[in-house]
Amino acid sequence: MQYLLMLNTAESYFAGLSQAEVGKTMAAYGAYTQALKDAGVFRGGERLQATATATVVRAKNGKTSVLNGPYAEVKEQLGGFYLIDAPDLDAAIGWAARCPAAEHGAVEVRPIWSM
Amino acid sequence: MTPEAEDAAHAAATRVARESYGKLVAFLAARDRDIASAEDVLSDALAAALAEWPRRGVPANPEGWLIVTARRRKIDAMRRGRVADEASQTLRLVAEELQAAEDAGPLPDRRLALMFVCAHPAIDEAVRAPLMLQTILGLDAAAIASAFLVSPATMGQRLSRAKAKIRLAGAPFRIPEREELPERLDAVLEAIYAAFAYGWEQAFADDPRGRNLAEEAIWLGRLIAALAFDEPEALGLLALMLYADSRRAARRDDAGRYAPLAEQDVSRWNLAAIDEAELLLRTASAKTRPGRFQLEAAIQSAHAARRHGGATDWPAIAALYDALYALTGSKVVAVNRAVASAEAYGEARGLALLDAVAAEGALETYQSYWAARAALCARAGRKEEAADAYRHAIGLEFDPATRAFLIDRLAELG
Repeated sequence: MQYLLMLNTAESYFAGLSQAEVGKTMAAYGAYTQALKDAGVFRGGERLQATATATVVRAKNGKTSVLNGPYAEVKEQLGGFYLIDAPDLDAAIGWAARCPAAEHGAVEVRPIWSM
Repeated sequence: MTPEAEDAAHAAATRVARESYGKLVAFLAARDRDIASAEDVLSDALAAALAEWPRRGVPANPEGWLIVTARRRKIDAMRRGRVADEASQTLRLVAEELQAAEDAGPLPDRRLALMFVCAHPAIDEAVRAPLMLQTILGLDAAAIASAFLVSPATMGQRLSRAKAKIRLAGAPFRIPEREELPERLDAVLEAIYAAFAYGWEQAFADDPRGRNLAEEAIWLGRLIAALAFDEPEALGLLALMLYADSRRAARRDDAGRYAPLAEQDVSRWNLAAIDEAELLLRTASAKTRPGRFQLEAAIQSAHAARRHGGATDWPAIAALYDALYALTGSKVVAVNRAVASAEAYGEARGLALLDAVAAEGALETYQSYWAARAALCARAGRKEEAADAYRHAIGLEFDPATRAFLIDRLAELG
């Protein structure tokens, strides 16, 4: 089954880190991504720009509205994702728990709607 | 076919349904994790059994017959469905399994894996026990709802939401690895105990399904104690249920009147069950990892000591309740602790503890609190308060025999 791991973290997290700590965190993400690939479960994954760059678009009744900012103002924001292919929920939870974001934020595990 | 043979076939179908229900659901749902569909096709198969067995006779392997019939219904349902492509691979697997089931000897027992799915951390805690009661024992949502004090509609909704989550999120039907076992086990034990408590309360009710539940829970308890051999809490739970069950025949006297534990006729206790419980509790204690169920079993063990003719060691029981309350903070425990304390150190101490429970509020519908308060006030000579508390307790009691007992006590106040 495919699962989307949604990495929700405080955007201020990186700002509070020293150069060396940022380097270590990036290395941890790199190693994690590699581990997903080595295990053959990696299907995709990206880091997102900060919510300051976000735009919310709606098109109700033929009228398009464009709003500045993220969809929801919350302390921890979606900052990246991985798409993985795991045999079951426990395996997906196991991968989510190893993700560096689980340590300084929260990882939401959502099964992909299979068509 | 003769009417006698028809009756026998009917009885056989009913018996298989009751004894094998969970096993059949577990087997049918294990591959695609679709519990709701397993329940549907199984109930179709049971209906077919009731129609066919009286005509053709009971098959040699009734469980196998039900599995094969249920699987065929599932294939039919999938063929009718729009998702033909997706279905074809599953159909092939199902056909293989069907063949295996036809050749088969006894059905593999996957109930334990099903129990762990029901108590998965991704499933809402409040629905774990109800889910287990439904999938393992086949109780309907209405019966479960009444045990958990919610409306049947709400319970039905919670159950189907949980089943949908298991299917869509892919919660696996498997027994957890040793390192994650203790944590996951707690949820399973809680749910088994909830089932037992329900059966215990319904022991004298008309619906036989409720009555059967305590025995089913003990069966599940045995299964899990055998599997999780190193887990003292699993042994503790089984011991606890066996102690309670050993007194089943003593809960009513010859006239069918309610008999409180302290006044029970010891000769009605099942000594073999007590011996088994004692052995389990000793084995569990030797592992020196105490827990809620071991403490509760230890309290029962102290009560059971009366079988040798001695007096009940109330200070020991009160101390065990102190430990249990420190561990759980439960309101039920708080009330029992107050009663034990009153027995050990006098009514004043017990009533003080009950006042502390009352301070936390939400007592309007809490029957045990009022029953305990009534008894302690009566003994302390506080007649007015005792009468008031008895009236509360009587108004909230479900069981007729217990209600009659309380009415007698109220009358004795004079």
